[in-house]
Amino acid sequence: MNRKRSVFSGSVFRNGSLSGGAVSALNTENFSSMIARRSLAVVLLAGFGAAFLPLQIRLADEAKAANFRKTALNLDLRERIGQMGFLAALSGFRSPLAAFLWIEVHTAWENTEWGRMAGLFDTVTTLQPRSILYWDMAAWHMAYNASVAAMQDQKQPSEALRIRAQRQYFNLGRDLLERGIRNNPDKYQLYLQLGVLLRDKFEDHCGAAAAFLRASEFPDAPPYCRRFAGYEMAKCPGRERESYELLKKLYLEGDRQRLPTLINVLREMEKKLDIPATERVESH
Amino acid sequence: MKSLQGTWAIGWNTFTELVRMKVFYFLLIFALLIIGNSAFVAKFSFQEQFQMLKDISLGAMSVFSSLLAILATANFLPKDIEDRTIYTILAKPVPRFSYLLGKLVGILLLLALSILLMTGLFLAVLWLRERGVLAETRAQLAGGSAEDLALALKEVTGSTFNANLFPGIAIIFVKSALLASLTLFLSTFASSGLFAILMAIAIYFIGHLQATAREFWLAGVDVHWWSRLLAAGVALLFPDLQAFNYVDDVIAGVAVPTGLFLQTLSLGGLYVAVYFFLAAIVFAGREL
Repeated sequence: MNRKRSVFSGSVFRNGSLSGGAVSALNTENFSSMIARRSLAVVLLAGFGAAFLPLQIRLADEAKAANFRKTALNLDLRERIGQMGFLAALSGFRSPLAAFLWIEVHTAWENTEWGRMAGLFDTVTTLQPRSILYWDMAAWHMAYNASVAAMQDQKQPSEALRIRAQRQYFNLGRDLLERGIRNNPDKYQLYLQLGVLLRDKFEDHCGAAAAFLRASEFPDAPPYCRRFAGYEMAKCPGRERESYELLKKLYLEGDRQRLPTLINVLREMEKKLDIPATERVESH
Repeated sequence: MKSLQGTWAIGWNTFTELVRMKVFYFLLIFALLIIGNSAFVAKFSFQEQFQMLKDISLGAMSVFSSLLAILATANFLPKDIEDRTIYTILAKPVPRFSYLLGKLVGILLLLALSILLMTGLFLAVLWLRERGVLAETRAQLAGGSAEDLALALKEVTGSTFNANLFPGIAIIFVKSALLASLTLFLSTFASSGLFAILMAIAIYFIGHLQATAREFWLAGVDVHWWSRLLAAGVALLFPDLQAFNYVDDVIAGVAVPTGLFLQTLSLGGLYVAVYFFLAAIVFAGREL
């Protein structure tokens, strides 16, 4: 069978009985029909696109309300992760990219490249802002490891500058935790870590108390968050009474809360607040 | 009923054909990737290990299923036309619609099986790592209090499995089904498989920007009319693929609200149906 393929869409015609003109006319007709169908498909595609818009908008709003998809894919990130990385992030491969960069962080840590680590932390947390682990570890590295390294930096003879560098790393750690909290306001872990950092590195007992108290409000938070909040409030001027009430309440919950530190702080508060003997915990 | 049987026969045949093409070799790469990853990250803390294992496994699952959907579907029509098998099938009382639907069913079966196998592999590696870490933790805290041990073990188990992973995996399947249906539509007018693949990959990237274009268009920003027209074109003609990107959040342990999950599945189902419908329209008029 003699077959001829159309130049347009692979059409096959039995052209044995058709003249060249007839074939050409058929081709033109088929071509027009094909174009009409494709045009119809494009119009329908746009129509369906318009029909789906309300659902798409509602989904995007609900996702934002549920703190999903918070990554800002902007020029700043593009510069930090390069073109290929940005392309990967754009195509929905943010998490594997963040994991690979985290391995790079580990290498930088082994080589004590603190500045490079700070840059990588920024990128990783931008790519995966909902991962508590990345924020927590990044803040810990900056506030606890990099700060100590800065203080012990033998290349820097000036103690004032070493202290300055140490404080900068404390602030970097704090900034990471605060940004982490803004991205994950529904998790207790970063509030807890912020409390620990403010207590241990900044000696900001009022701030630490507020952070521990906020952490303790989450149903899945460990019980020590409330105790920590009480201990820090005891050191926060003006909140001693509140601290006493909280710690006493914990004490009255039973043996599980009656830890030596809690009892010692309670006794100190009783003395400080001049609590009558009948109301003191030892009377219970 | 007969038409449905025909569709199923074409679907099953497509599935077995794809399996014979040894497309499952990619699973070997997936296995190497996640097992290699577990060995490589052994020096990290267990939380980091689990996080990275989930990051890489679910990310790879998303990449492989998307690629599989595009690459396998793009060649159906060009290959059937080249092999002339399409003439044999359509010469029988099989409507073109059933032929296309059968092809889609075949690729969906393949995608479902691939994702199930990858999920099984991923969960097995995660479980084995969890067992290892639990044993290490028990050994380290052997002399400690039962309460400390229980807290530590809870910390380990809390970092590994969570039920939220499954909606994330279901959405990966829906996204790959959407891409398969879209590629099938493209291949109904593409002159070659390569053209359909390139088009699908381009749409894949544009689709991830569709939400940005839509917001730009609807926000009424005072810009050139042609910028808004372009944004409107992207918003109307391309799928919103960002709507299916929950994996990154799911890995971080965030639960997908049920309403959001169901609506995302519905949007995916609608896209699959629309692209298939459009493919059927174009294919019905295509000269073979």
